[in-house]
Amino acid sequence: MSAVTEARVWEALAEIPDPEIPVISLVDLGVVKDVSVEGERVRIEFTPTFMGCPALETMRRQMEDAVSALGAEPQVDVVLDDSWSTDKITAAGREKLREAGFAPPAPRAEGEPTLLQLGKAVHRCPYCGSTETRLDNIFGPTPCRSVRYCASCRQPYEQFKTI
Amino acid sequence: MQARLRAEIALELADDELILGWRNSEWTGIAPFLEEDVAFSSIAQNEIGHARALYELAARDLGDGRDADALAFDRAPHEYRCAPLVQLRLVPDWARTVARHVLYEAADAVRIAALKEHPDAELAGIAAKIEREEAYHRLHAEMWLERLREEERFAAALEELWPFALGILDAELRPALAERFARPEVDAVERAAPGAEFAELWDEMTVVRRSAPVGAQW
Repeated sequence: MSAVTEARVWEALAEIPDPEIPVISLVDLGVVKDVSVEGERVRIEFTPTFMGCPALETMRRQMEDAVSALGAEPQVDVVLDDSWSTDKITAAGREKLREAGFAPPAPRAEGEPTLLQLGKAVHRCPYCGSTETRLDNIFGPTPCRSVRYCASCRQPYEQFKTI
Repeated sequence: MQARLRAEIALELADDELILGWRNSEWTGIAPFLEEDVAFSSIAQNEIGHARALYELAARDLGDGRDADALAFDRAPHEYRCAPLVQLRLVPDWARTVARHVLYEAADAVRIAALKEHPDAELAGIAAKIEREEAYHRLHAEMWLERLREEERFAAALEELWPFALGILDAELRPALAERFARPEVDAVERAAPGAEFAELWDEMTVVRRSAPVGAQW
């Protein structure tokens, strides 16, 4: 077996679907902060999304399994700070979210989100593309999602929260 | 930073978040309408997530073999340090629940902003991450504050719980909260050994863990 390289680890991680939104991979989600290889040991720096997300343990285990499958020894270090934000979701990831009916997060603005911003009709419906949408609930089925409603196609939809 | 001291800070904050998360989750299924059912459940999930990260840090610092779950569920009731505000059982009183939510989120914002500047990088990092999520709790609280501002029952609840809100914070942070609400810095209801209402919650919260067979893996 050839030696494990960082590129091979990244490729393997890009195959792991998000446990709750499987259309997007962990790499698309931007939660893999860094990969380093030292001999047989692979160290992954993992920046969780929401701290109360029940999928975190699953993500961690899947990354360990992926590294083990490459014949290396995994070490997943959880980094808890504000280095992950929804801006880390890749362009490809955003497009996959939209196709699956999840509106991708708006880019982070300076400062905290405001009710005014969330209420504004700048958020695009992932189904019909209309901006005639309104916020129905800041909170949704998981910590990372809000619920919005599109007045054009009369479709409620889930919006990834910007954090 | 001294590990012991850091564990103290983390434990106090974790206990507040765990117990408030527990109290918020008491609305799951019985909130006045579906959106609030979802909101309070989601906020509870976030708070308990914050508690978990803080207990993990405390467990590492204490290094006495207890993990995050042991710190959350295996301590005796008198060992918890949570503030009296989060201990109150407010179901089914929505006005008082929203008043607590508004006051707690504001007090927590003051505390987390201060912790973000802490010289210990790990504590500061966790605080920065918590702050991102809690921005949405504050928006939700702000929305309810607007909605209920003129309501008599809500005003009475804010008045009643104000001294409890001050008790969330260390003395030096209280003026910032008082300024935010344009209220006087009255005598706070300070952290003390938890009372009977907490004992009841503890009993309920730990029953599964206490009744698990020896060696059970979670």
